[in-house]
Amino acid sequence: MNIDSVKFRLGKNRGFQILIYVLAFACVVPLLAILLFIIKAGITKINWHFLVNIPKPVGETGGGIANALVGSIIIILVASVIAIPIGILAGVYLSENRKSKLAYWTRLSTDILQGVPSIVIGIVAYFWLVKPLRGFSALSGSVALAIMMLPIVVRSTEETLKLLPPSLKEAALALGMPFHRVIFKVVIPVGIGGILSGVMLSIARITGETAPLLFTAFGNPYLSFKLTKPMQSLPLLIFNYATSPYNDWHDLAWGASLILLVWVIFLNIFTKIITRKWKVQL
Amino acid sequence: MESTIIKSRNFNASFGSNHVVKNVNIDIPRNHIIAVMGPSGCGKTTYLRCINRMHELIPGATSSGEMDLNGEDVYQMHPIFVRLKIGMVFQRPNPFPNLSIYDNVIAGYKLNGIKLPKAERDRIVEQSLTKVALWKEVKDSLNKKGSFLSGGQQQRLCIARTVAMEPEVILFDEPTSALDPISTSTVEELFHELKANYTLIIVTHNMQQAARVSDKTAFFFLGELVEYDETKIMFTNPKDNRTQNYITGRFS
Repeated sequence: MNIDSVKFRLGKNRGFQILIYVLAFACVVPLLAILLFIIKAGITKINWHFLVNIPKPVGETGGGIANALVGSIIIILVASVIAIPIGILAGVYLSENRKSKLAYWTRLSTDILQGVPSIVIGIVAYFWLVKPLRGFSALSGSVALAIMMLPIVVRSTEETLKLLPPSLKEAALALGMPFHRVIFKVVIPVGIGGILSGVMLSIARITGETAPLLFTAFGNPYLSFKLTKPMQSLPLLIFNYATSPYNDWHDLAWGASLILLVWVIFLNIFTKIITRKWKVQL
Repeated sequence: MESTIIKSRNFNASFGSNHVVKNVNIDIPRNHIIAVMGPSGCGKTTYLRCINRMHELIPGATSSGEMDLNGEDVYQMHPIFVRLKIGMVFQRPNPFPNLSIYDNVIAGYKLNGIKLPKAERDRIVEQSLTKVALWKEVKDSLNKKGSFLSGGQQQRLCIARTVAMEPEVILFDEPTSALDPISTSTVEELFHELKANYTLIIVTHNMQQAARVSDKTAFFFLGELVEYDETKIMFTNPKDNRTQNYITGRFS
């Protein structure tokens, strides 16, 4: 073993380390590029006026995105109300009954559902709700988004609860607790950090979804609170206004993009904080 | 005349086709400490878990035969009532990690949705922690999480949690095998204190522990109850060869 061959190998090692650093950094670049670009284009459009007003008709300057902001919040809230209880309880079922037939099919379905293109889910919601109810509605948009949230909530709940030690459940059962109390008072509270992080990620995931809303919530140039009527949302506003021929509307779309981006980033940061803070030390 | 609290007749338990407890007949007297010993895989823990019907929670687990608590077959009762009367302490301390020390002690009430006035709760918590000799150590940190305690303290907290429910029988599944020697001796001293009010059934790997703490000892081997007698007799003059071989260390 001569010194040169060792040096050569150390050099190779060095090269490999540098390669890893560079590639890791390469993952950060796209996000930074998007952030810089959107901030540059959108930051000048955002002010108080922008947040509390609805868009002005073509030809008038100014106007804001209040209707889209409110609409997005309502649609996401309703979607969450639908998807979170179903998702968490289905996740509980999967972690409790790992080998049953129903568990197998549920797991398979959620996995496939996760891969179904969002536009397809939008079309299905259209045929399920929009057509029978004879009109676009915020509710149908919420249902479409809820379907998109489900798999994420189900699987993250299942994975979280699977990691809890069986001794925890035994402790509760040995105290004479009925099954539903063991789940609601012990299993879910102990796993709440992981469950919530799944919920937050699923919300972050649907916040920017445009396709399922195209033929469900449809969009609305005015402020609306009615679930049974068309409603605007941020991604819809961006889609419609960015493809319009008017510069004022382009500005609105840029501003809305920045708001949407900030929203998603905050949700992700918030998720990280929750997982850390609410993690129960076993 | 001592009264029998737990009585098994022709009791069998299996995991699927694996027959682990075979035809066990035993009478356990009230307010005694019973040690259940035997080599690994002899069915002693499974038998213990059959007494409060924890065995049946494992998928594929079945049991048959008679298991009486005060003359009433526990397999005719609702498992929840059985478990309220027969408490259990596990091998590894398992306090509820999301609850404070205080809440851990009254977990059996709190998590079952039984509402108690504050004074009553305070009394139960103090009494239970005193019974397990933990009150002095934790009375100033009752609001801290239970998982901050040492292993031995956690195990005593788990005993306090069981004691708080005022069961008649307490099952211990190798309660000291995860503890250091000092914590072990604290827990063993506790057994003598608890005997006055409860019947204790202790599964143990440790023969010395069985000899030290128990009034009567049951020896399980390959799923059978080989011998069951006063601890003194078991360790000085066992009738069965297999017991003799086990306690002299010919196999373990």
